[in-house]
Amino acid sequence: MEVYLDNSATTVVFKEVADLVYKCMCEDYGNPSSMHMKGVEAERIVKRSKEQIAKVLKVNEKEIYFTAGGTESDNWALIGAALANQRAGRHLITTKIEHPAILRTMEYLQSLGFEVTYLPVDHKGCVRLSDLERAMRRDTILVSMMYVNNEVGAKEPVEEAGVLIKRMNPKTLFHVDAVQGFGKFAIYPKKCGIDMLSVSGHKIHGPKGIGFLYIGDKVKIKPINYGGGQQRGMRSGTENVPGIAGIGLASKLIYQELEEDTERMHALRSAFMKDLSMIDGVVLNGPDAGEGAPHIVSASFRGIRSEVLLHALEDRGIYVSAGSACASHKHTVSDTLSAMGIEQSLLDCTIRFSFSIFTTREEIEYTVKVLRELVPMLNRYTRR
Amino acid sequence: MFQSFLIKYAEIGVKGKNRYLFEDALVRQIVFALRKVDGQFDVHKTSGRIYVDAKSAFDFDEVVNALTKVFGISGICPVVVLEDHGFAQLGEDVKAYMDKVYPDKNMTFKVHARRARKNYPMETPEINMELGAILLEAFPELSVDVHEPDVMLNVEIREKIYVYSQIIPGPGGMPIGTSGKAMLLLSGGIDSPVAGYMISKRGVTLEAVYFHAPPYTSERAKQKVVDLAKYVSVYAGPMKLHVINFTDIQLYIYDKCPHDELTIIMRRYMMRIAETIAEETGCHGLVTGESIGQVASQTMQSLACTNDVCSLPVYRPLIAFDKQDIVDISEKIDTYETSIQPYEDCCTIFVAKHPVTKPNVNVIRLHEKNLEEKIDEMVKEALETREIIEIE
Repeated sequence: MEVYLDNSATTVVFKEVADLVYKCMCEDYGNPSSMHMKGVEAERIVKRSKEQIAKVLKVNEKEIYFTAGGTESDNWALIGAALANQRAGRHLITTKIEHPAILRTMEYLQSLGFEVTYLPVDHKGCVRLSDLERAMRRDTILVSMMYVNNEVGAKEPVEEAGVLIKRMNPKTLFHVDAVQGFGKFAIYPKKCGIDMLSVSGHKIHGPKGIGFLYIGDKVKIKPINYGGGQQRGMRSGTENVPGIAGIGLASKLIYQELEEDTERMHALRSAFMKDLSMIDGVVLNGPDAGEGAPHIVSASFRGIRSEVLLHALEDRGIYVSAGSACASHKHTVSDTLSAMGIEQSLLDCTIRFSFSIFTTREEIEYTVKVLRELVPMLNRYTRR
Repeated sequence: MFQSFLIKYAEIGVKGKNRYLFEDALVRQIVFALRKVDGQFDVHKTSGRIYVDAKSAFDFDEVVNALTKVFGISGICPVVVLEDHGFAQLGEDVKAYMDKVYPDKNMTFKVHARRARKNYPMETPEINMELGAILLEAFPELSVDVHEPDVMLNVEIREKIYVYSQIIPGPGGMPIGTSGKAMLLLSGGIDSPVAGYMISKRGVTLEAVYFHAPPYTSERAKQKVVDLAKYVSVYAGPMKLHVINFTDIQLYIYDKCPHDELTIIMRRYMMRIAETIAEETGCHGLVTGESIGQVASQTMQSLACTNDVCSLPVYRPLIAFDKQDIVDISEKIDTYETSIQPYEDCCTIFVAKHPVTKPNVNVIRLHEKNLEEKIDEMVKEALETREIIEIE
């Protein structure tokens, strides 16, 4: 049995999306900037995709800009907004548990002279609004907060934070990295003061190499790449038309039955967490059953290095990730888990299971069965 | 402008009646190395020399780069091949050659002609003098030094005329395939690929064995070893990599033997298995990357303990090298970057916090008796189920 529980790393592409991408590559391969019919067709595809995305976010399609993925969206939002607004102030706020695409970019901005405040989180991985309130200053030009943490699935209080920020300083921009939240929650930027929102295609059963950044129409931001002036001069470079077509359709499909899907995933997650907690030596991290994101379970297996358990699971056809896939090729300790105050000895023993709308009860039951076998076996052989 | 390369070889020259064996091996290795280069080449032995003649367009740097990795070559001379259109034309061509190869002519030179085609109308000393005079007249900055010239301009007159003066240093050593075969114990570390490189430099053909311990070591750790073997094979030629699944044996030792002796006993089984494969595949020795004192299992006492199980000689070319010297070579042969990828190998997964550093071989032998019940069967199975990867 093959069980893919690494959907926070990437997801299988919807069949309909793959077909559409293929068609765009073989038939509608024009350059949207070309004046002839092939170009017009391609432009139409880009426009349709923007409309599909704008519809689920309840924003204007002109506020959607396509990028090469979540990382570029995050980089652009932070660097572009910081540079465009530095006369108003040079103070930025983010959290300690952001994705490296935010944290490393913030470090870069610090090297340019910006000052950054990193908000702590509680033991479930959530930011406290009181900390945000205290951190806000007159010269705070930007706050960046993730919607869902990629390692433990904590859902950050983004809506409340947006209201708080705008109440304290209407000029402070609010960026949300929604790479793990988009497609799992109904997100309406305009209703909660979100000025910029990063999304990646391949986390929602779309293609890799495509993402978008929602930028509210009043937001002052500079481009970070320059060239042929595509996308209204804000993001030069020939549009990735197949990718754009794919992310548009994937956005539409992932939101089609949002409530049923998330309810089902939450039920699976709760059952899985219950079974896990009954295995000896397992410590669950992050939000409780029924809370947080519906698709992420983080568990530490005392005494078993995550890499070993990962490969043992792989041997049985179960694919998971150690900590977070993006961070796991480096031998560094997870920022998120450390910030949550997880016991030091468990940091290296943490596995992330992440579901998708295609995950079934049988798959979860099989995974639990395999874990019940493997954990005692692996626990026998440890470094002494 | 160069259409040919004259290959100089050092140690082969002194081999007596076996000389042709060494030369043939070198030709074979050059042909093999050039298979990866775009273009067609004819590699041939002609009157005691090896030439690489280009039969099509080629990239000079690419060819030189490939040749500098063929053991046995001491120098590579890029050669200009001229048609014989009389001496006046030869003078013009030699002038053009010097002008192109040495833009700065503030140097001394000497013409060294060889007249292999005896019916050429001029004799050797005459050719030397005439060509020298033509060059001196054309380039007044040049001067002649017949004892220690900066540039030795060689002009060989055969059917065609070969002109060369530069020598690009080769790697030295002996051609692969002239010194027997050895089994390399390849881990994912920095040392073992370097050890393999050094042994193969003496003309030794390699086979390699890697001990894989899933799930404790990952597929990427194995891929890393395959990649390292590929880098070594750039020099050492194609080889077989035997991948042994070592998990069960390791866990069995873990269960039955004192924990601080685990690494030593494990190493002894690795050597036993490597030796069995070595004997099966006709190897004459084992090669490891061990260096005295580098880790607990590489003290003199530990080495004696691992050596105890082998009857084939174990070659340890890095035995007296400092780590930095090994790193320097690994950078030269491009294995360093790959070696430092952080995937765990099977030697480190269960390593004790305080392993023995001065094991007593009698004690170790005694403790190995705890394994008697199943170990032979397990070793047999590990050998039977090994995966063999062809590295080219």
